[in-house]
Amino acid sequence: MNTNIGLVGKKLGNTQLFNEDGTVTRVTAIQVGPCIVLAKRTEEKDGYTALVLGFGTKREKLVAKPQAGFFKKLGVPANRTIKELRVSAELSEKYTVGQVLKPSEVFTVGQKVDVSGKTRGRGFTGVMARWNFSGFPMTHGTHEYRRHGGSIGTNMTPGRTLPNVKMPGQYGNELVTILNLKVARVMDEEQIVLLEGAVPGAKNGIVTVRGAVKQRQAAQA
Amino acid sequence: MGSSVPQIEAIERAQFRKLPEFRVGDTIKVHYRIREGEKERIQIFQGVVIRKSRGGVGTTFCVRKVSYGIGVERVFPTHSPRIETIEVASRGQVRRSRLYYLRELEGKKARLKERTRVTTATPSVAPPAA
Repeated sequence: MNTNIGLVGKKLGNTQLFNEDGTVTRVTAIQVGPCIVLAKRTEEKDGYTALVLGFGTKREKLVAKPQAGFFKKLGVPANRTIKELRVSAELSEKYTVGQVLKPSEVFTVGQKVDVSGKTRGRGFTGVMARWNFSGFPMTHGTHEYRRHGGSIGTNMTPGRTLPNVKMPGQYGNELVTILNLKVARVMDEEQIVLLEGAVPGAKNGIVTVRGAVKQRQAAQA
Repeated sequence: MGSSVPQIEAIERAQFRKLPEFRVGDTIKVHYRIREGEKERIQIFQGVVIRKSRGGVGTTFCVRKVSYGIGVERVFPTHSPRIETIEVASRGQVRRSRLYYLRELEGKKARLKERTRVTTATPSVAPPAA
């Protein structure tokens, strides 16, 4: 489980950075702030430790009354996105409720991060788009069988189609995590981080950026 | 076309190079820094600009020249730090934005008329649409 600190943000889009030697780094810009620590989950009270982060704003009318009360007590405008990050008890202690996290406190240039986001929804999709099946010939007498999948199993044994065979169905709109993206730049003033590579989801999609699980983390700030 | 996202626009703008303005049809000299082993030197590529494309920081232009009877085209990223400078040798009068027809022409036919009415310098990087 990823217990590294991270931020919740919004995907802005892609661009490129020129390196000194003229090569280009393709980056994704992510608006990662202002991200505020709304609450903490503790072992005693909740059975696990986590930080509750809030990101973005929403209109007062759209805030549910119980949540409005919660934000009023905290004295901050209501957030659009609320996300819990499971962290260790020691890491949790370094942060205080109400603290606004600066990107540079969380990320350093060159660090590896994991990014989770909802991919673009493509709806109910056939096998050619969803699983890159080749389909069948378009001509030579093919009859109503051009974009189908082929064989889905054997005959008597086992006499059924096995689970998890690739077939048409819902494609996209699922949570996908991309591992080990490098942080190319951290911009505190604009509250933007640039990550090398692509990130799931459309522009303006909500993404979670946190320290990579499969990397040894340097002493976190 | 640049980015429609203001934050990304700002990141790209910060990388823009300030180079002399040139147009498709102009003959330019591109002073390009190249690496030879350990040493770095500047190579000049002179030719006609036959295309400018894309937008924002990824803008490129294509320069065509005829070298020892062989047509050579080279695409440069406009905002690359490897471009030392650009000199405009002559300005050509053309009526289209892509001069691909030059590929089929050679010798005297491949010449372009000089542009005499040089309009006052328009910014090489067009401001984004409001």
